[in-house]
Amino acid sequence: MVSELPWDSRTGTLKRDLAQGMMDPASRRALEAALQIKETQPAYICAITMGPAMAREILHQAMALGADEGVLLSDRRMAGADTFLTSHILARFIQKECQGEYLVMCGTQTSDSETAQVGPQLSEELNIPAITYAGHVEIKDRVVEVHRHVDEFFEILNMDLPGLVTIDLSAYKPRYLALEGVEKAFENPDIRHIDARQLGLDADFNALKDSPTRIMDVYSPTAQKENRVLKGAVKKVVDQLFDDYGKVISSAMGKDLKTHEHDEA
Amino acid sequence: MKRNKDIWVFGDYRNYFQNRVTLQILARAVDLSTQTGGTVCAVVLGHRVDTYVAEYIAHGAQKVYVIDDPTLRSYSIERYSWLMSWLVTRYQPETLLVGATRFGQEIAPRVAKKLKTGLTADCIDLEINTKGLLVQTAPSFGGNLIAKIITPVKRPQMATVRPGTFPELPHDDAANGQVMVLPLPGDLPEDRIRLVTSEHRPSKKQKIEDADIVICGGRGMGSKGKFKKLFDLAALMNAEVGATRPVVYSEWVSHDALVGQAGKNIKPKILLSFGISGAIQHTAALSDAHFIVAVNKNPNATMMKMADVAIVADANQVCLGIIKAIKEKARD
Ligand SMILES: Cc1cc2nc3c(=O)[nH]c(=O)nc-3n(C[C@H](O)[C@H](O)[C@H](O)COP(=O)(O)OP(=O)(O)OC[C@H]3O[C@@H](n4cnc5c(N)ncnc54)[C@H](O)[C@@H]3O)c2cc1C
Repeated sequence: MVSELPWDSRTGTLKRDLAQGMMDPASRRALEAALQIKETQPAYICAITMGPAMAREILHQAMALGADEGVLLSDRRMAGADTFLTSHILARFIQKECQGEYLVMCGTQTSDSETAQVGPQLSEELNIPAITYAGHVEIKDRVVEVHRHVDEFFEILNMDLPGLVTIDLSAYKPRYLALEGVEKAFENPDIRHIDARQLGLDADFNALKDSPTRIMDVYSPTAQKENRVLKGAVKKVVDQLFDDYGKVISSAMGKDLKTHEHDEA
Repeated sequence: MKRNKDIWVFGDYRNYFQNRVTLQILARAVDLSTQTGGTVCAVVLGHRVDTYVAEYIAHGAQKVYVIDDPTLRSYSIERYSWLMSWLVTRYQPETLLVGATRFGQEIAPRVAKKLKTGLTADCIDLEINTKGLLVQTAPSFGGNLIAKIITPVKRPQMATVRPGTFPELPHDDAANGQVMVLPLPGDLPEDRIRLVTSEHRPSKKQKIEDADIVICGGRGMGSKGKFKKLFDLAALMNAEVGATRPVVYSEWVSHDALVGQAGKNIKPKILLSFGISGAIQHTAALSDAHFIVAVNKNPNATMMKMADVAIVADANQVCLGIIKAIKEKARD
């Protein structure tokens, strides 16, 4: 299953255009949170994604769900960006387009890399306050109030706009998009496409070269398994299990287990 | 200040004693420093944090940087990330490691961004390569693949580390460490986030999603009565019990235990799988299980093929056999 992954060994990045095609579950939750805010007060929702041309589909989907606008940041020079550069590129666009009291809403983490880094890093780039893992977001009198449960602490936090929130994966169950909505979405042509030049990225900007981290190697965890097969009497196989893997087992249990006294010689 | 070879560990003491990730990373840092040279340092921000400082020294920290101030009493992402980047800029460590708690996963990217360096999330191994660089091993692409990542040029090399990855060093009361207490810098910016309420709500019991050992049972366990033995085994191993859909449907166990696409994702260090065929809807939730022992009468079951150790035998008998073995071995 893994040998067929769209991994580009030359550049050391995932060919996302082959792996992508659907809005990430985390982003759907962020969009849902935005839609719920818009149901209670006037708001303009701009859905932004960065990716290959194909990512346009996600924006159609976002608009069908209720976003007012879709913007695709796409350029060959952006390909291969890590979280560090992704947040930089997203920030460039937001700085150009948004002034005053805006709220950036992100999913906490994507399902393909799960780093949970882009949201916090984007807030650094924009120099705005950020509250992560939000379970509930409300805007009252231009103050953002967030409820969240993090590391066994339940907190209520406030910040002024502009600000950024990341929506927890357990919050805001996304609404269902009816089929007619999907069809309508693809009739809607006005997705804005922004490239590196329009963003004012340096002429020599190249995401792959500029990323501070480098992937050296990628492998499948299952392909590495030795798959030992043990057969025979139950007593024998259980003894064998503890003889060979007793250390692994006792360390995971957090208890010492006596090992068999074998001749070491 | 000239760059040095020091390895820093962010002191994440909230929820200590349960949260032991800082101690685990310190242990690894001690290991790595034998190859790279440099001092293993912990950083502790907060108020009245002496106990943690002592704890970190007893668990391997050779030096602890401390900023102790009433305004740092509760974790603040803005203040803590600013202070971390201030300290790193001042003392120039080669490496900065942070436990992948949720707070750790938030502060690390912000510090990395302020310092304009790279960061690898949720590492499951750290090594030093022949060039002396930190090789950061982390699951990626939805946990289906493992990537080895380096930070060739930028410094510090930064990584968050998954809790439970490294064993901690035994507590050593006699250990010596230098403590550097620093005043709160005068130019620390105002916090833009206001904490309205904060309440400690510890989770009552270990959750299957977080358990280090998970014991999953499937239809091959045979009956509700036999399935119950898995709970006896779990109690001995400090483990949680999971189940497949047919088991949940037959009400051998409650729905909470369902592992798979329609249930929970697990990431145990050890998964013991009894009488499970290995349908994709179940195995999709197992990609982060480090070590799998499967028991099945059928050696060709998918679950057996993806196991590290495949035991061809009756599931119930092996369960009873392991219970017996652990009782014997844990005796005294
Ligand atoms: C939409 C959808 C969602 C689903 N979601 C989930 C989900 O979240 N989780 C989930 O688990 N399933 C899910 N399923 C069901 C899944 O497809 C499988 O049917 C299920 O995982 C099989 O469970 P099992 O392995 O216990 O049973 P079986 O497939 O019946 O396997 C039993 C195994 O036990 C072995 N065995 C029999 N007797 C013994 C013995 N005495 N000793 C040792 N081994 C023995 C057999 O060789 C066999 O391999 C879902 C299905 C669908 C369609």
